[in-house]
Amino acid sequence: MKELLLIAVGSAIVNNVVLSQFLGICPFLGVSKKTETAAGMGAAVVFVITISSFVTALIYKFILANEALMNKGIDLTYLQTIVFILVIAALVQFVEMFLKKSMPSLYQSLGVYLPLITTNCAVLGVALTNVTKEYGILESVVNGFATAVGFLIAIVLMAGLREKIEYNDIPKPFQGTAIVLITAALMSIAFMGFSGMI
Amino acid sequence: MNKNVERLYNGIIKENPTFVLMLGMCPTLAVTSSAMNGLGMGLSTTVVLVLSNMLISAFRKVIPDGVRMPAFIVIVASLVTMVQFIMQAYTPSLSDSLGVYIPLIVVNCIILGRAESYASKNPVIPSMFDGIGMGLGFTFGLTCIGLVRELLGAGQIFGFQVLSLSWFTPITIFVMAPGAFLVLACLVAVMNIVRAKMEAKGKPLAKPSGCLTGDCAGCGHAAVCGGKTQTETKTE
Repeated sequence: MKELLLIAVGSAIVNNVVLSQFLGICPFLGVSKKTETAAGMGAAVVFVITISSFVTALIYKFILANEALMNKGIDLTYLQTIVFILVIAALVQFVEMFLKKSMPSLYQSLGVYLPLITTNCAVLGVALTNVTKEYGILESVVNGFATAVGFLIAIVLMAGLREKIEYNDIPKPFQGTAIVLITAALMSIAFMGFSGMI
Repeated sequence: MNKNVERLYNGIIKENPTFVLMLGMCPTLAVTSSAMNGLGMGLSTTVVLVLSNMLISAFRKVIPDGVRMPAFIVIVASLVTMVQFIMQAYTPSLSDSLGVYIPLIVVNCIILGRAESYASKNPVIPSMFDGIGMGLGFTFGLTCIGLVRELLGAGQIFGFQVLSLSWFTPITIFVMAPGAFLVLACLVAVMNIVRAKMEAKGKPLAKPSGCLTGDCAGCGHAAVCGGKTQTETKTE
């Protein structure tokens, strides 16, 4: 339990996926103009990353690194990148269809963001990190969920800040993306303060 | 041949992926803590880009239009896996410092973007030169950003101490995560000035088309996304 808590705090706050790993920069900069849309995107990412880390962990454990196959000298782990990216793409499509059919209200709020996440590097990044760190299935799910919560925290904070700085007097060359990046840098400095926690 | 030279010029200068198009920002931020890492990441992306452009161009008439995205992704992912293993075998220290960002070349916008917008419509040789041009442009961009960060953050260039520590106090933050955002912000600001100047001269630069602007039009993933991004950003 303690170990799981450490993984969770570590990936949600200390090694924040956006502000210190630079994964998922695209939606972080693109969909952070309003707090509401940012929260929607963040929620969709939490949903997808949690499911996808569970599924990829299952696939890794029972197919790619299958013990029976391993004992026969067949090592399929080299296929991880190819398998994971395809599984994630298919999974997101499936989740989208499933939500549309059976949970229309949830689809209303998350639906638009789902296709955006298909090739979000954070999703693949988490799946690969789970393998590199040799996490089991439960640990992978916790790590995925926590990483995504970290993303949610970062994107919602960023959206709040952007709503505030929108009316500020910014030097012309820094208007637009540049000031957003400066804001991200300051947030990143603030998050560095957590690095002593673990 | 002329067309091939034009492709190289286009990739390295006119539509430089880092400075002009602002594509592939995740690796740009993540691996430029030193010039060497930037160079290594740039070159490995170049290898994948050239090979994937050639393969996709060669198979462009065989791949059915409906499944072209998954097909491209499989091709790119296989090439990335190969490059990853080659790097693990011959440059283990570089492979360690780039870590998870090597397999993440798969989701780099530049690669699928070029596959979608150039290689799937043009013959093999021009596609190859397009890949070389874009790849070298990306390498150039990453190395430059890496140089700046390494120089300010450690006083080194490619690992050699050029600014003596007797009078220079390294601004360590530049080799850490916030430095990446700061340097990129300044780069974007400088490019905004250049862009305004060129526009005044009547020679406007190509528009940034990457994720940075929140517009996925230039990115091959737009096809996977179903182009919903554009409408989404418009409604915002």
